[in-house]
Order: sequence, then C-alpha cells, then structure tokens
Amino acid sequence: MSMMQNFVGWLDDRFPMTKVWNEHLAQYYAPKNFNFWYFMGSLAMLMLVLQIFTGVWLAMSYKPDAEMAFGSVEYIMRDVDWGWLIRYMHSTGASAFFIVIYLHMFRGLMYGSYRKPRELLWIIGVIVYLAMMATAFMGYLLPWGQMSYWGAQVIVNLFSAFPVIGPDLGVWIRGDYVISDVTLNRFFALHFLLPFVLAALVFVHIVALHKVGSNNPDGIEIKKGPKGNKWSDTAPADGIPFHPYYSVKDIAGIAGFLFLFAAVIFYAPEMGGYFIEHPNFEPANPLKTPDHIAPVWYFTPFYAILRAVPSLMGSAFPGVVAMFGSIIVMFFLPWLDKSPVKSIRYKGTLYKTILWLFVADFIILGYLGTQPTTDLYIILAQIGTIYYFAFFLLMPIYSKMDKTKPVPERVTE
Amino acid sequence: MKKLIVAFLLAAAPMLGMASGGAHLDHADIDLSDQASLQRGAKVFMNYCLSCHSAKYQRFNRMAKDLGLTEQEVKDNLMFTTDKIGDTMNIAMPADKAEEWFGTAPPDLSVIARARGVDWLYTYFRSFYQDDSRPFGMNNIVFPDVGMPHVLWELQGAQKAVFKIEKGAAGNDTQVFDHFEQVTPGTLSPEEYDGTARDLTAFLSYVGEPIQMERRRLGKWVLLFIAVFFVLAYMLKKEYWKDIH
Repeated sequence: MSMMQNFVGWLDDRFPMTKVWNEHLAQYYAPKNFNFWYFMGSLAMLMLVLQIFTGVWLAMSYKPDAEMAFGSVEYIMRDVDWGWLIRYMHSTGASAFFIVIYLHMFRGLMYGSYRKPRELLWIIGVIVYLAMMATAFMGYLLPWGQMSYWGAQVIVNLFSAFPVIGPDLGVWIRGDYVISDVTLNRFFALHFLLPFVLAALVFVHIVALHKVGSNNPDGIEIKKGPKGNKWSDTAPADGIPFHPYYSVKDIAGIAGFLFLFAAVIFYAPEMGGYFIEHPNFEPANPLKTPDHIAPVWYFTPFYAILRAVPSLMGSAFPGVVAMFGSIIVMFFLPWLDKSPVKSIRYKGTLYKTILWLFVADFIILGYLGTQPTTDLYIILAQIGTIYYFAFFLLMPIYSKMDKTKPVPERVTE
Repeated sequence: MKKLIVAFLLAAAPMLGMASGGAHLDHADIDLSDQASLQRGAKVFMNYCLSCHSAKYQRFNRMAKDLGLTEQEVKDNLMFTTDKIGDTMNIAMPADKAEEWFGTAPPDLSVIARARGVDWLYTYFRSFYQDDSRPFGMNNIVFPDVGMPHVLWELQGAQKAVFKIEKGAAGNDTQVFDHFEQVTPGTLSPEEYDGTARDLTAFLSYVGEPIQMERRRLGKWVLLFIAVFFVLAYMLKKEYWKDIH
C-alpha cells in the first residue's frame, strides 16, 4: 500500500471520509436527464459561500455605528484595497442569490419537486428562503442610506401592526422607538450570524435531498425504475454518479453564471437603481422621509400584496396577514397539488396556462411593488394578489380537472 | 401602514423641498476619459463649491493621481482648505451656522452624482432663474425652492424662466416651465457655460465613484478570462459526458 492509501485508511478508521465522499458525490446517483434548471441548486450554494466570504471581508472595515456606517462603506469603496470589488460582489451577490433562488423554486414548481416523497425537502427549502429574506433585510440596513433606514422603518412597522402586542413588538425588534443606532448594531450582529444558520439549513436541505434522491424534468422516480448501470448493479439504471458527471457540468454552469455576474459587477453595479437604490447614496436621515419608499426588488412582490389589501378600521393588519400568508401558503404546496403527474411535461394545457400566468403575476406584482401607489396600480395589485392566492388555494381543484398525458416508464433524453 | 406612509409623505413634503421627478432632464453627455474636462471640473468645484459643500470621502492625493496631476500642482492650484495632500475635502463652515444661513445645511457632495444622477446635476446647474420671492432672488426648475444661491451666476449671467399655461388633469390651469430667457449676460457665453456645467458634472461623477474607469477597464479582462474558462469547462464536460450519451 502506498503512503496515501495508508493515510486515507487511517482517516477512514476514525472519520467516515471515503463513505461521505461516495454517498454524496461519487456514488450518489442523480437522474441523467437534468437540464438548465438544475444548475440553480449548485449556483445557490456558490452564492451563499460567496456572500459569506465577501461579507466577512466587508465586516473587517465596516463600522456598525449610526455616525460612521455610511462613511465606512465609502471608506471601503475608496480606501480599502479592492474594497470596491468586494462590496460590489456582495451587493450584486444579494440580488444574484435571489434570482438564482427564484429560478430554483420555479424549477420545483415546474417539475413537481415538492411532491411525495419530497414534501419535507420543499418545506426545508421554504424555511431556507425565509432565513434568506431575514438575512437580506437586516443586511440592507447596514449601509445606513436613506432607503436602508426608511425601508427598515416600513418593514419593522409591519410587526407593529399586529393587534395588542404590535407596538411592543416593534420596540422589541428595534430596541428603540425608531430605527436607531441600537437597531443598526443588532441588525449587524444578526446579519453576521444568520448566514451560518442559513448554511446549516442548506446542509439539512441537502441531507434530505440525498435521502429521497433528486427529482428530474420528467418527474419520474428513477429509484422505482429498473436497476443496474455501468457503475453499480444495484443503482438506478437511469442514474449517473454525481461526481464526476454533474460536478464537471456544474463547473461549466458556474462559469456561465459568473460571466453574467461579473458583467453586472464591472459594468452596472447599481443595475439601474435596482441592485443599489439611488436614494441609498444619501445618508440616513430620521427627519427626512424620501418621497417614495420601495424595498429592494426581491421583496417587492410581497410589498405589493401588503399594499393591495385595504386597511380595516385604520389598521394595516389585514395587509400584513396577506403578506405573511403569501409565504406561509408555500408550506402547504405539497398537499395542494392533486395532479396524478409531477412534471409540467405531462400536465395539461390548463395547468400550464395557470402556472405561466402565475409567473407573469409574480413579475407584475414585483413591478407594482417598486412603484408609487395610484388608483390603477392598487386595483392591479389587488387582482394580482387574488390570482397569487388562487394559484395555491384552488390548486386542489384545477390540478384534478387538468387533462394529463401518460408518463413514460423511463426518463427521456 | 399605507395611511402611515401617506401621512409621512404629506407631513414631509413641504419641508423637503425635494426635486420632483417631473422636470425634464437634459442629457449630461460627460466623458470621464477626458482628463482635461475633469481637471476643469475640479477647478470649478474647488473655487465655487468647496466652501459650503464638503466632499468628505474624497482625498486630494487620490484626485491628483486619478486626474493626472502632480501633488504639487494640486497643492498650488486646488487646495484652499488644508495643506495636507492626504486629507479628504472637508470644509470649515459649521453645519448649525449653515442651517441658519441657508435654511438647510449644504449636503456633502461625495456621492451626490450617484444619489441624483449626472443628468439631474447637469440640468440643475443650468436651471437657476430669477425669482424675487426667494431669499437669494433665485430659484431652480429641477429643485424648486432650493436653499442654495446661484453661485455660478457671474459665469452664466441671469436668466428668467418663461412658463406656459396648460390644462391640468382636473381641468384647472397649471403653470408649466417652457424655456429660459437670458436677462443679463455672464462672463461666459451660453455654450461655454454649458461646457463648464458638463465639466463640473463629470468631476462630481468621478468623485462619486473614483474607481469607475478602472472598474470598466478591468471588467474586459475578467470577462475574457471567464469566457476562456467557460470554453475549457464546457469541453471538459463534453469529454466526460461521452460515456452517457
């Protein structure tokens, strides 16, 4: 035996290194028919790692102090070597992370990746998404610009709209009666902590995935199909080892993604005011409300839902319920879909139409959330909100009515 | 919440005196690779702006390096408030006094180009007009009731705004800005003044993000590297996947 084999043997006797490598990479059999949409999972992990790394480096020069925060960001942009690049990677990274995650979730919707036996996998995913939103929200306060400040003010006020406990809850979150230095400090602490919670949740997400196995664009369970492939007699015939096949494929996907990512960083880091909002270049001023407050684009669909619901007896609570409800309803998706098939490929025209309209609805709500409210926009947002909830709540009915196509025995190329 | 936002806005609107987005903005057409333009802009900035406005995140020596000037040139021609070349562009005017004099403290201009946009700045510099109702006798089309006097008036001269009457949405007559008319000539011709406004805008854009030229220059190489890497990664994938298809 060589030195290397000796060393690996010594390790394996004390830590399941080879076992983990095989079970999760070299002998993890993924369906061979993954398409473009299956890049998003690995890209999301890449973004999480990139955000943690750039974030830690930003924290080395950032000052979580109401007097100094804004200036410390400019210090990073001007005086820290390569600080501008790290900052733009982080600010562009936040938006890119959400783009990738929205595509990842849509992939799940299209191919029925939330259906049995992947209900728990989906639910963990929704929890990951919630943790991501909390992290992004707290991170957005840190540059301490006008939009940071007033965006946080608006979102924390949502919690203040809860009946009875609301006002105290708002003070408890802020640590003050308004967003202040205290709030900035705690948001920084939590923004540093939450990504590691997120990493732990992603770990759980992947453990759950590797228990049930990956879904695929045909929505066929390869584990239930015939056995035996080139690598193993007991592995699914339509499965291929994740490593090296999908690891090399994902590297190509990552390169393609990084091309677009770098194009934004180097040529449009503000992305027309969507990735870094223009009012955020004015330092936070508690006495000066901007004439239009809009959260960052990845929250705007939910913000539109919030504003669409009329107040009840002077309380905005119904809107808050609708907004939180629009995310909570995702947890129930695995049990709302009654279709006999999983994948969009074998679903009928009815389901396809409703799903694509849902995509359009989400984008329209997202646009409306960035705009000031007008009578027309309120009505459009109300229609959009009704459609959003109808998509989920009426799914048990239309998914049953839908004329599905027969599903083949084996995955298609 | 909606009511709260609206209430905030209504309460804040009068004291803000913020520029409404409605006014038409002229295209600034700046060229950041034109160092002579940036140097002229820097001169205007040091002479006219940097006594009330600071640019407290911008260092003099960084400016010297980026604008192709020697530190001695900057010290001799562009530094009036400090003699340390490594200092940032601060001012001596106390903020509370400034508020007393102008109604509001003049904002720091380090990132004003990123907050307002270069077109807004270019239009703003050229949109002061005579208005006797204002404390300094001047108003601005893109920033109504601005607290700042027209400090470049000697260069531009005085102009008045001509308004036209248009029917508003509710059928009422509303005043809409139409064009400017020169009242007294300045030391610069209108074309020269537009050039000065453009230089100043270019300089403020530079100050807003000093790295931006370098960023665009580097971007080409980064994208080229990733493109080559993509081709290699794709070929590797093709090679491995021969077994599958």
